[in-house]
Formats: sequence, structure tokens, C-alpha cells
Amino acid sequence: MTTITINGKDHSFNGIDPAMPLLWALRDHAGIQGVKYGCGVGQCGACTVWLDGFAVRSCQLTVGALEGRVVTTVEGLATATLHPVQQAWIDHDVAQCGYCQAGQIMSAAALLERNPSPTDDEIDAAMAGNLCRCGTYGRIKSAIKAASGAMTASALFYNAMEAEELSA
Amino acid sequence: MNQPSNSIANTDRRDFLKISLGLALSSTGSISMMSLASAEASGTLNAYVNINADGSVTIYGPNPEVGQGVNTSLPMIVAEELDAKWEDVQCEAAPVQQQYGMQFAGGSLSIPMRWDEMRKMGATAREMLCRAAASQWNVPRDELTTADSMVRHGPSGKSGHYKDLVAAASLISVPDEADVRLKAPADYRLLGKRISNASAEGIATGKPIFGIDAKVDAMVYASFVKCPSIGGVAKSANLEAVRALPGVIDAFILDGTPGPYNFDIRESHAIQSGVAIVGKDTWSTFKAREALKVDWDLSAASQDDSDSIEAEALAALATGRVEAEIERAGDVEAAFANAAMTADSTYSTDFVSHAQLEPQGVLVSAATSAVEVWTSSQTPVFITSNLAKLLDVTPGNITVHQLRGGGGFGRRLSNEYIFEAALISRRVGAPVKLQWKREDDMAFDYFRAPTYYQLQGAVTDDGQLVGWKNLVAAASTDGENANYGASYRPYDFPGKVIPNVVVEQSFVKSQTPTGAWRAPISNVYAFAEQSFIAELAHKAGQDHRAFLLNAIGDKGWIKEGDMASLNTARARATIEAVTKAAGWGRKLPEGHGLGLAFFLSHSGHIAEVAEVSVDGKDITVHDVWVAADVGQVVNLSGLENQLQGSVVDGLSTMAAQRISIKNGAVVQSNYDSYPLLRMPQSPRVHVDVLNSGYRPTGAGEPALPPLAPAVCNAVFDACGERIKALPISKEGFKIV
Repeated sequence: MTTITINGKDHSFNGIDPAMPLLWALRDHAGIQGVKYGCGVGQCGACTVWLDGFAVRSCQLTVGALEGRVVTTVEGLATATLHPVQQAWIDHDVAQCGYCQAGQIMSAAALLERNPSPTDDEIDAAMAGNLCRCGTYGRIKSAIKAASGAMTASALFYNAMEAEELSA
Repeated sequence: MNQPSNSIANTDRRDFLKISLGLALSSTGSISMMSLASAEASGTLNAYVNINADGSVTIYGPNPEVGQGVNTSLPMIVAEELDAKWEDVQCEAAPVQQQYGMQFAGGSLSIPMRWDEMRKMGATAREMLCRAAASQWNVPRDELTTADSMVRHGPSGKSGHYKDLVAAASLISVPDEADVRLKAPADYRLLGKRISNASAEGIATGKPIFGIDAKVDAMVYASFVKCPSIGGVAKSANLEAVRALPGVIDAFILDGTPGPYNFDIRESHAIQSGVAIVGKDTWSTFKAREALKVDWDLSAASQDDSDSIEAEALAALATGRVEAEIERAGDVEAAFANAAMTADSTYSTDFVSHAQLEPQGVLVSAATSAVEVWTSSQTPVFITSNLAKLLDVTPGNITVHQLRGGGGFGRRLSNEYIFEAALISRRVGAPVKLQWKREDDMAFDYFRAPTYYQLQGAVTDDGQLVGWKNLVAAASTDGENANYGASYRPYDFPGKVIPNVVVEQSFVKSQTPTGAWRAPISNVYAFAEQSFIAELAHKAGQDHRAFLLNAIGDKGWIKEGDMASLNTARARATIEAVTKAAGWGRKLPEGHGLGLAFFLSHSGHIAEVAEVSVDGKDITVHDVWVAADVGQVVNLSGLENQLQGSVVDGLSTMAAQRISIKNGAVVQSNYDSYPLLRMPQSPRVHVDVLNSGYRPTGAGEPALPPLAPAVCNAVFDACGERIKALPISKEGFKIV
């Protein structure tokens, strides 16, 4: 048995092959289907999730090796409101078919969590592992920049709150 | 400008439709639903419109959504005429039923095919709501106006929400078509605006809306292993050993049906032989494949070798081997004999895979005579009839649910994976989720056919293109008919524009299945034609833009009344717009080049300019400008997305995508050997939508064909090297 924290809840995988990729454990055994199968060889990024906060390809991780680890999928990204990246994806009408977009969003959100104001080159580098056959890269980039703006603004706000720099 | 009152039938001559879908465009079916005036009050006004008690409005999109945006744009058309408040509209996929007519996605036809029907559905529902209000308030119908899901009576100040009128409206008889007025375009509130995809939030939050996400109780999982060489038959396999593997429920041979496995989406339910592995989850079936050993009978298997096909095709062109004539106009020999300048050039393109991100997969429950299918097929309309034959059940007992497809591009026009799943489900007596691996998807595609065109042009001393020859070498299974997408179809340009034209063809044997790939034929022929025109302009010492405009001429509509036909004014407008936007003729940075191309396909007049720089064999595509005329704009955001995406997809495909065949089997297996363009390589794309006011036509395909020639013309402008084969990686070039 392997117990993994998925989107804040512990999930125990019983009686499945420990060599099963996390991708298929999530999809077939945990009811988490936002994560998508595209290639199975770590080339397309459609299966991107966060492992302990880092964007990883879930088709390349075996479930048996993840005891006690923390996995976040696109279903667990929103809190009370949508994550700024999700909101930007909707506002910028990024998706065409949409199949790759959960993976794109997880890569983009991971980038912005660490680097709230990335340069174009940094966005390119962070997103190069996620394929989109529909060709929405331009909109993805615009959405990341919009989310970056929103996250930077809110980070400034909360930092100021923390430092008690806000005037009443 | 005369705007033709084109009927839907006028659009059917193009692309795969003529070949595959001949029926039914004359009857989109659902109009008859409007007579359903019910005896019981309800929220339903017709097959597409339901006003809910909470004030929201459900509008059904009849055609499959595979990323082209039709489950947003078609409901928008209904909502426009209905005057529904868009924020309260829920777009839902219609069930697959005869009343919804031609439920398929292909040929960029959803919008043109449904335009009249969707408008009438919205307007009729609105008229019924108004009549109900007129009756309730005892006021004249003509004094009522509608907006934001409300009916208003100006003189009395009365107003009512649709939700409070629909019960009465649902009981009144359906108005005559003649009494239902459609809006003038100037009155549109919604059409032409940028509207986000109706499923945008579901996509961004990971809702299970795709074909791959379908689930039912007690379903089992399956993988289906076919012979790598197309048409090989499974004789025997180590089935006992596979059945004993963990998680495996069963393993057995499916005999399949005899080939050839042609792209016949209407009539065929042929499947190839193979071994089905059924398991308790997807991974168990994938893992069991590693232990599977199959003895294949290769006697009927393809022996194709793509290098040999290419060598034979190029030899046929070099020796002028002609076996059939496709098109002829004027006196071609005289035009060439009298020309001041002639040129010839041979262009070729390789097999290409669809490589849509969601591999084929489906859920089918066929254990009993009540059959149910959950699929992201592009042709749900053809599933029932073929499945009924395959399973020997009555069509009325088959229910098909359409789910969102993770990309289509023509791949999901064929339903063979559904038939595989149906046979497996019947055999195991349980609902079966069949999941193709990416490797299956790449090995058993209906590929874009390879093409080979030898073009010749004749130019007069005043720079006029007066003669055109095209010899096509077409892959052919039977040696007499070109395989799907392997040949040429007579286009208005050059055939109806250049005075002296001949198109001939020869055949090259190939058994590899081919099918419709985004903008069939156009996506390869445009590369040859528009590159060659740039060659002719260069050799004639003329500016490419001027030469192209001169060649297109100013005849206006080439076929009056046919929306699919070339309109030279629309063509010129896109070329003029795109060259203006790109700064045609400006001084470029060192090593940069600009390239132009125009193409008409799927009724879309599209011109593109690319700016590139070349360093050795490394090509950077900096910017691409697109000017597009697809008539009345429905959803501007969706349209711009298709134009932008077509540019990236076109660049992705021309860069290094190549399927090669050895011993009848596909060499490439996944995205590592068949690369898609990634974000760092993708250019800035600038789109300019020309809202010409003509009837709206589709946008899923026509912006792709001009991309490759625009880029290749820019490469020539930058460094003087003329690319004549796609993908460009064949000649050592790389998109960086």
C-alpha cells in the first residue's frame, strides 16, 4: 500500500502494481482525470502535476516510490477562487481543444510560484516541455504574463500587509 | 459587390466531403423538430433551445467539438437571434440523433452548414416568446422588443424574463418560417465579438469532459495490439501466458476484416486483425503488451517503403510519365512555345501523422443488444449505422454520446477504434474502455499522403503568367486511383484563372492508409504552387507581390454564386492587407527575409507573410502576419485562435514531421521521433480579420496552407536557398 497526499487529502493505493505510473494511478484509481495521457514517455507534458510543489511528468513517476509525498493536480490548484493562472487562461481564451492545457497550467503556475515576474526567455524555458498541437503558445504566453501581473500585485499587497506598511 | 445567395449545397464540392459525405447536406434535419409544439408546457422551444427555470438558457451544439470552437460559435448564432443573455447561456453538446442532421466535424463546414439553421432556431424561439408575451399582456406583437433574455413592451413599460414566458411559449404553435425575421448584421450584439470558449473553465479546472474521461460502472480496460505492418493477421499468440499476468482479465485474437483499410468514413466498419488484452486498469493492459508474443501472417501485409515510393514518384516526374489527365484549359503547348520565360520545379512532401494530443480511445458498452458509445469522434453521425451492421443490432438500440475531442485535424473522422472496442466489449460481456497508446496512434493513422508535384510555368515578356503545367505522382493502392489526399483537385487558381493549364498524373504503388489531414491536398499543394509562383516572379525579375496580384487578376467571382469559389477581390484584399501589416518592401535587418503566400481553401481567402532569419541551416521565424477573409465573423476570439494556431501547426508540420515506412510499418513511434513545435520555436503571430460581410465560412483549416510557402519564400529572400521538400529537415534545415 502506498499513501500519497493528493490535493490535500491522503489517498491510499491498495493492490496495484507499484510500477504503475502516477498518471494511471490518478486517472484509473483516484478519480483524478484532469491529468491527461498524451505520450507516456515524458515528451508532451499533458500529464504534468506538482510533486512537493515542483512540476513533474506523472507518466514518468511510479506510484510505489511516492509514499508520503504531496501531489497537486489541476483539480487542486484553486482555493476559494481560481488560481490566477486558471483565471488568466479563461480570460485570454487560451484553449482550443484544451487537452494539453491542464498540463500547461500546472507548468505555468509552478513557474510563477517561484518566479512571479518571468522574462520571455524564462517563460519559454519553463514551458518548453509542454506540447500544444493546436498551437496556442502565443496565448499561453499572454496568459502567463497576465497572471504574473495579478500574482505580483497580490504578492505586493500581502507583503505590505505583513510588513504593516498599508495605511489604514 | 454582388454577394451570392449560396446554398449549403454549393459548399459540398470541396475537400473530403464530396468523396465521403455526399449525402445529407441538403437536409440538415432538425428544422422538422420545430413542429414539435408540445401539449405540455416546458422550457423547450425546439431541439436547440431550452429556457431553464433559473433563467439560464441551454443551447445545444450539434457538431463535435475538437478544438475548432463550434460548441461556442454555433450556440452563439442561436443566442444572437434569440437575444439570449450570453452570460446566462450554457452550451451543451447535443445528443447524437437523426434530428440533429449532419453531426460531424470536417471540411471547416460546421459554420457554413449550420448558419441558416442556427439563426432560424434562435429567431423562431424568440418569436414564440414574443407571441406568448403579446398574448399575456394583451399588446400588439410588433411593439415588443427583446434583449438580454427579456421581452419588453416600450409603450406600457412592461417587461418579462424569458423564464417566465417560456411555459406559455412552448404551447403555442410554431410560427411559419415566413413570419420569422432574421436580424440584419448591423443589429448583431454578439456575433463578431470576442467570446471565450464555453468550456474554458472546465478545461482550466480539469473537469472530465474529454473522450478519454468517460467512465461507467463495471467497465474494464482494453488495449489492442495490431500488426506493425499494415494488414498483417494475428495467427496465434501466447494468450495463456498473458491472461496469467497481474491485472489481466482476458486476452484473445480478433480476426478483423480483410483490407485494404481505406479511409471510408461513411460505409466502412473494417478493422485490422490483432490481439485484445482486457484488464482491470489501463496500466495492466499496457504492461501486459510487453510479454505478448504474436505470430503474424504477413502474406497480405503492406510491404511499403517510403524511400522507394519517393524514388519511384520522382522518377515518374523526371521522365514525364503520364497515366491520367486531371484538368486542361487553353492551348498549353502554344503558351509554352511562345513564352518569353519558362521554368520548372519539383516539390514533394512526406507522409505526416495527425499527432493530436489525445490518442484514440473510446468507451463502448456492447455486452447486450442495448449498445452505448462515449466518444470524441469527428463523425458521430456515421457510428450508428456501421455499428448496427458490425454487431447485428437495430440502430434504434444504439446510443452515442459525443464528448470533447483532444484535437481532431481529421484523425477522428474514422471510427475504427470504436468498432474495435465494440467487438471487445461484446466478447467480454462488459463495458470496455479501449485506450490506444500513443505508439498505436502513430502506427495506425490514416496519414497525410506523400505528394509529388512537377510544376512548369510560362511567362510573357510583359511578365504575365499565361501557362501552367502540373504533373502529379500520386500514391495509389490499385494503381488506377489516387489514394486519399495523394493527388490534386482542380482549384479555381490556376485552372480557371491562368488561360492555359494542364494537370496530369501518374501513379505510384502504396498500401499505406491515408486520409484527411487538416486542409487535405491544399496543405501540401499550396506549398508547391505558392513557392513556384515566387520562383517565377524571381526569374522574371519582378516583385513577388506584384507578380502574384497580376497572376490572380481581377475577374471577381470565378464561379458566381459559389461561396467556395475564388473571388479575386477578396484575394487581393487579403494580400494587400497582409503586406501592408508586414511592411512589405521595407529594409530588413541583415540576414532577414520576408515571404508571402496566398491560398483559398474551405472558402477562406487567406494571405500570410513570414519574417525569418537564417543562420546556416537554422531558421528563426520571428513574425507571421495573417490576413483572413472568412466572411461574417461569428466568434472573433475563436477565429483569431484558429488563425494563430494554424500558423504554429503549419510551422510545426513543415519543420521536422515525417512518417517513414519500412516493410509496411511506421518507423516513428512517439513525439521523440516525431517532434511537434515547442514554445521557444513559435513565432509572434499577428492576425487581421477582414469582415467582408459575406456568409460566414469555416476557419479550422484555411489558414494552414499558406504558412509553409510563406516561410519558404522568406527563407529564399533571406539566403537565396529554395526549399522544395517538406519537412525542411530533409534538406538539413531546422526551425530554431
